[in-house]
Amino acid sequence: MLDDFFMRAVLAGLGLALVAGPLGSFVVWRRMAYFGDSTAHAAILGVALALAFDISIYAGTLAVAVSMACLVSALVARGQAMDTMLGVLSHSALAFGLVAISFVPAARSDLSGYLFGDILAVGRADLALIWTGAALVLAMLIARWQRLVTSSLNEELAMAAGIDPRVERLVLSLALAVVVALAIRVVGSLLISAMLIVPAAAARGWAHTPERMAAVAALIAAASVVLGLWASLRMDTPAGPSIVTAAACFFVLSQALRRG
Amino acid sequence: MTPPLPASEAAAALIESQALTIHRPGTTEPVLSHVDFRIRPGEIVTVVGPNGSGKSSLIRALLGHMPLASGRVTRRAGLRIGYVPQRVQLDIAIPMTVRRFLSLPVRVSEAEAEAALASTGVPGLGPRQLTQLSGGQFQRVLLARALLSDPHLLVLDEPTQGLDQPGIVAFYQLIEEVRRRTGASVLMVSHDLLVVMRSSDRVVCLNGHVCCEGSPQQVSTAPEYRALFGAEAAGTLALYRHNHDHDHDHDRGPVTVMPEGHRHGPGCSADHGHGTVPGP
Repeated sequence: MLDDFFMRAVLAGLGLALVAGPLGSFVVWRRMAYFGDSTAHAAILGVALALAFDISIYAGTLAVAVSMACLVSALVARGQAMDTMLGVLSHSALAFGLVAISFVPAARSDLSGYLFGDILAVGRADLALIWTGAALVLAMLIARWQRLVTSSLNEELAMAAGIDPRVERLVLSLALAVVVALAIRVVGSLLISAMLIVPAAAARGWAHTPERMAAVAALIAAASVVLGLWASLRMDTPAGPSIVTAAACFFVLSQALRRG
Repeated sequence: MTPPLPASEAAAALIESQALTIHRPGTTEPVLSHVDFRIRPGEIVTVVGPNGSGKSSLIRALLGHMPLASGRVTRRAGLRIGYVPQRVQLDIAIPMTVRRFLSLPVRVSEAEAEAALASTGVPGLGPRQLTQLSGGQFQRVLLARALLSDPHLLVLDEPTQGLDQPGIVAFYQLIEEVRRRTGASVLMVSHDLLVVMRSSDRVVCLNGHVCCEGSPQQVSTAPEYRALFGAEAAGTLALYRHNHDHDHDHDRGPVTVMPEGHRHGPGCSADHGHGTVPGP
């Protein structure tokens, strides 16, 4: 079964969808959308560094994404104007990454593979890594669920219950960095935040508790992966963008049903 | 000078601060200086003061949410605190039923949740979304959640913000009722001078330091209090004049003078007739 490139692509996408649903819900609840963008855009810089130093793409993107997550957390804690700072960091990181990658001849040819993902080229090793990473992040989210939800709802209430909101924020930032690194092959650097935000936003209309929103978001993400890949096969469209397009359709549908 | 409390009473304080000083984050500009504060079991203590007087900072420092620049805060070992923070910002982004909210961060049973809601006068609200509640309902849900841990001390930071006058009165009645039923102490920050004066055992008037404190009646006659609150203070003073003009003698009697008496903080040196001006 794993010999088929299409099956591998579907499985890689589903692994990502499973963790993108719950994590994306936190991104939506905490209004971290731009935060996801800057971390994801920084990943391109990670790709350039990984190729230049001949290390694993995953290791390179993870290292840069974690640094970016820590940098943004530190700036937010110092009370910088959040949206401006993230706008600067996000687009600068992307620009630096694109400039850096132009110095690596090997990468120039498949730049679009890193920007938009290359899920159809996912190998067995990628698959193992994606599922391991996704399972670890998911297990961590579940283990800390009550703390994470409380501090996302209100930091004062969390502190009164003995929860340190800074720790929870850091945990989410690191989880985000890991998922960004995992997703770069699947949907690429430009569309990772879409994969996090769009299914969660669509799930909002069908959920009355945080748990349900996370679960519905994971389902929508999974359905988007299957639909997007199927469409990509049938119509020869790029796989990553097709997945996000499918998720966007679910979002529109959820809005339409909500009104009705 | 206030005589020191007997050791037994001092030991019974739920939270006590000594010379508590807080700076504005990142500066050495004091928000609060040398605040001595104490709350004992069963007391309702209200902190009043103008905006920016450090009321919320005092609460947050007493709860340990804020670093102290100097001084000391002691909380009784094993103290359970139910906290209702100021202006809980609720975001429509996070779907949350009342029932689910009551189980954050400690899961509670269906029966406990329903009992807590009933005890604050909002039974059956469990399935509703938090964002669909009225201001008054939401405050009652917050109070219900705070009561679930069976607290020794309830801390409420401006709990009636955004409520209309009948809502405010009803909420303070509920607080008094909760105190009667559970025996919990209550520490509140409030703007509602008139209502506060009726429902508190002790009032602390804050403006960067403790300006005056004592029973509501003592505080309402203090010139510092009138200087801080102007016309509104005159209203509360009138309330007390009206209530007490039939019997002036008991003003000085042992029955109505609080154990601590009426104290002035450092920086307030006015003498208004009782001649007790402590040096800092």
